[in-house]
Amino acid sequence: MTTWTDYLTTDSPTSRRQARLGQLYRQWLAFKRNPLAIAGLVIVVALLLIAAFAPLIAPHNPLAQNLDKRLLPPSAVNFFGTDSLGRDIFSRIVYGARVTLVIVLLVVISVGPVGLLIGATSGYLGGWVDRLLMRITDVFLAFPRLVLALAFVAALGPGLENAVIAIAITAWPPYARVARAETLIIRQQDYIAAVRLQGASQWRIVWKHVVPLCLPSLIVRTTLDMAGIILTAAGLGFLGLGAQPPIPEWGAMISAGREQIFDQWWVATFPGLAICVVALGFNLLGDGLRDVMDQR
Amino acid sequence: MAITFFGLLLVTFLIARVIPIDPVLAVVGDNAKADVYDAARAALGLDKPLWQQFATYVGKVFTGDLGKSVLTSNLVTDDIKRVFPATLELATLGTLIGVSLGVPLGVLAAVYQGRWPDQLARLIGLFGYSVPVFWFGLMGLLLFYAKLGWVAGPGRISVAYQDFVDPITGVLVIDAALQGEWEAFRDAWSHLILPAAVLGLLSVAYISRMARSFMITELQQQYVIAARVKGMSEFRVIWRHALRNAFVPLITVIALSYAQLLEGSVLTETIFAWPGLGRYITNSLLNADMNAVLGGTLVVGAVFIGVNLLSDILGRLVDPRTR
Amino acid sequence: MRALTTPTEQPLLELDNLRVNFHTPTGIVRAVRGLSFTLGRERLGIVGESGSGKSMTGRAILDLIPYPGEVLADRLVYRGQDLLTMDKRTRRKLRGRHISMVMQDPKFSLNPVQTVGEQIAEAYRVHHKASAREARERSIAMLEAVQIREPGRVYELYPHEVSGGMGQRVMIAMMLIAEPDILIADEPTSALDVTVQLQILKILDDLVTERGMGLIFISHDLHLVQSFCDRVIVMYGGKAMETLPAAELADEAARSQRHPYTLGLLGCLPDLDHPKAKLATLTRDPAWLA
Repeated sequence: MTTWTDYLTTDSPTSRRQARLGQLYRQWLAFKRNPLAIAGLVIVVALLLIAAFAPLIAPHNPLAQNLDKRLLPPSAVNFFGTDSLGRDIFSRIVYGARVTLVIVLLVVISVGPVGLLIGATSGYLGGWVDRLLMRITDVFLAFPRLVLALAFVAALGPGLENAVIAIAITAWPPYARVARAETLIIRQQDYIAAVRLQGASQWRIVWKHVVPLCLPSLIVRTTLDMAGIILTAAGLGFLGLGAQPPIPEWGAMISAGREQIFDQWWVATFPGLAICVVALGFNLLGDGLRDVMDQR
Repeated sequence: MAITFFGLLLVTFLIARVIPIDPVLAVVGDNAKADVYDAARAALGLDKPLWQQFATYVGKVFTGDLGKSVLTSNLVTDDIKRVFPATLELATLGTLIGVSLGVPLGVLAAVYQGRWPDQLARLIGLFGYSVPVFWFGLMGLLLFYAKLGWVAGPGRISVAYQDFVDPITGVLVIDAALQGEWEAFRDAWSHLILPAAVLGLLSVAYISRMARSFMITELQQQYVIAARVKGMSEFRVIWRHALRNAFVPLITVIALSYAQLLEGSVLTETIFAWPGLGRYITNSLLNADMNAVLGGTLVVGAVFIGVNLLSDILGRLVDPRTR
Repeated sequence: MRALTTPTEQPLLELDNLRVNFHTPTGIVRAVRGLSFTLGRERLGIVGESGSGKSMTGRAILDLIPYPGEVLADRLVYRGQDLLTMDKRTRRKLRGRHISMVMQDPKFSLNPVQTVGEQIAEAYRVHHKASAREARERSIAMLEAVQIREPGRVYELYPHEVSGGMGQRVMIAMMLIAEPDILIADEPTSALDVTVQLQILKILDDLVTERGMGLIFISHDLHLVQSFCDRVIVMYGGKAMETLPAAELADEAARSQRHPYTLGLLGCLPDLDHPKAKLATLTRDPAWLA
């Protein structure tokens, strides 16, 4: 143990990897001191585990209808009660974690690199490229996100894939903005000038030197953004434009419980709590990461 | 600004063009002969090149023609004129709640940085950023309407008062007050307060967070120390000197939050059966009424741009350095 | 040279063993470690490098040490009133009215969204019951006293519209309008152009003399302090290295009696009349802080 901590905390690392690991370790130490950030990490890890082991955790089949057991209140058999088709709400929420995770991951995977590339290119090249790209970004930022996503889903038709596409189309501009702002700062540093003097190509400078330095703030931004993506996805689901029945999507489940809200409160309440907790988890994690990674 | 609006038009136009639904078939029916189909297509202008179609579209928008809604068979412009005041009413009260709670909360959080007011502000902020607004609205209805009976339920006004108030401004509470219909006013207010409070919480989350960060910056400035040296009370130092400076960037934040509430109203209006623009867009959407959807989207986008412009101007007025 | 405080008169300020500590996660930082002096109606200079605790001394007297810091002293007395046992409210009322401070850079120490006139009038109205009109007249008179031409016009200007030298005059007007007995001037000319530095010092000197105030002049510039003050405290690392009449600093004959740090400070200044091939660097001895 001691040798490992010595290796990680040394003031004079002997290799690039050691320096990098050492920095990660120090950031982890800072992160560990923040209880709220740890709570966020626990929630996110729990979400991953629940999604991975859904069949083992869920006591019932999330799709099995049983009209004899409609709208039962929470009990030892159905922890969160049953919905209007007699399906177990707890099991549906557990499986719903998968849907949520799939949406978030797909959006982030498609949006992150695009935003990063557009922003870094725009900031690094400057001139008319910058002006054009930022104009486009402005146009997308001028739309309220949910309304634009709604318009896109309306055009593409409802469904999980289309919801992901619509959210992705509306989610990239802030990433591009952050990446551009970072690039503008980095671009003026002397070591970039040094790399250029060594004859590196524009692309090499953007990819090898600018992009990696933008990453920390983008990771923070992404984590914080995940909460927003979850809420937008749930909103689309709630309006019946996201994942289609019988897929157990949390937003759609709330929508289904709306009719019975005054008599069978549990149908809409528990999926909403699930959204709340998961979004909170990502927010707390993002906040904590910002404190350690993005101290400017 | 003008360029951004132009881009807005382009995006809505392109969305309308990628729809898999064929607008010609909607006119002539599925079994039309080829020549009837072509004639209808020409009548709709769809045989022209894309850029010409776009030019026509832009021309129409500038003359206030957003097409006809299939669902209501009214002009979309007329529909929007009718529903927009309801959304404005909701978003305005929501923002008022957000500012009157969010700014003091943010200021206290900055003054007592790291102590309990700060933690409270942080908690409220995190909650506001994490709660789905439609679920929050439902829970509000469940608690304050169904269980406690403190407020009225969904809708903008009870049926009994529906025809009491003539539209003047279109903002129901103002119209009722102007005409001295106080019972109608109370009823409308009771319908308004819960959805506005739900929106207000989102606004509190955002505004308090930003107010805190601006105030922390201001409180470290030298002029704050100078004000203390003069012997001013801490209260005046904070609320008069520091806050007035923090307010310059806060104006942009408040404007942004106002515009976001217009967006938040899409879901809130659905929950509260609020006859505003948000519900109009979603209803049209569910009925594949594209003219109405795009018209509504365009208006929301335009309001977004307008509010940003307004905040720029206001910011200039408040800050003597940019006057 | 004016006479130093006559022994019969009560001193304005008495300080005994003043300490300012900051509790940080990495330990206690001692900004001031046991400073003692007495101030009469005189001009007292405090010199030292940055970090020597000279600014913190000024802030401590005004009760303006920010949160993690604490102020301790055996004795801290303003004209017979014990500041250590005084409640916060009374202490605040002393600020501006009895003890005031001119800060370094008018660019940052004037509120950017208020006209300079409002800021001066405000300082008056905190301490005096006065109508807005009366406060305005007083402020304009005060602007005149700091030799601003067209005071009525300057009254309406915003801080970004005035030059550095004028800003510092506004600052002096603002800090003297309530007629305090003690003025702390914390590097009042360091942020200004050399050409206006002397003007500002002259105005400051005239007002202090005219009103018979006590001045604590904080600076890093030993020559400036030597020519401007009656008495000088040389600080290093939060401690007073020595206290001496300003005249003795220039006295070549008394050099051997000077503290090595004071000599260091004198030695590292260039002098055109006696050019040196190489300027001395300051030597610092940890034993001085023991």
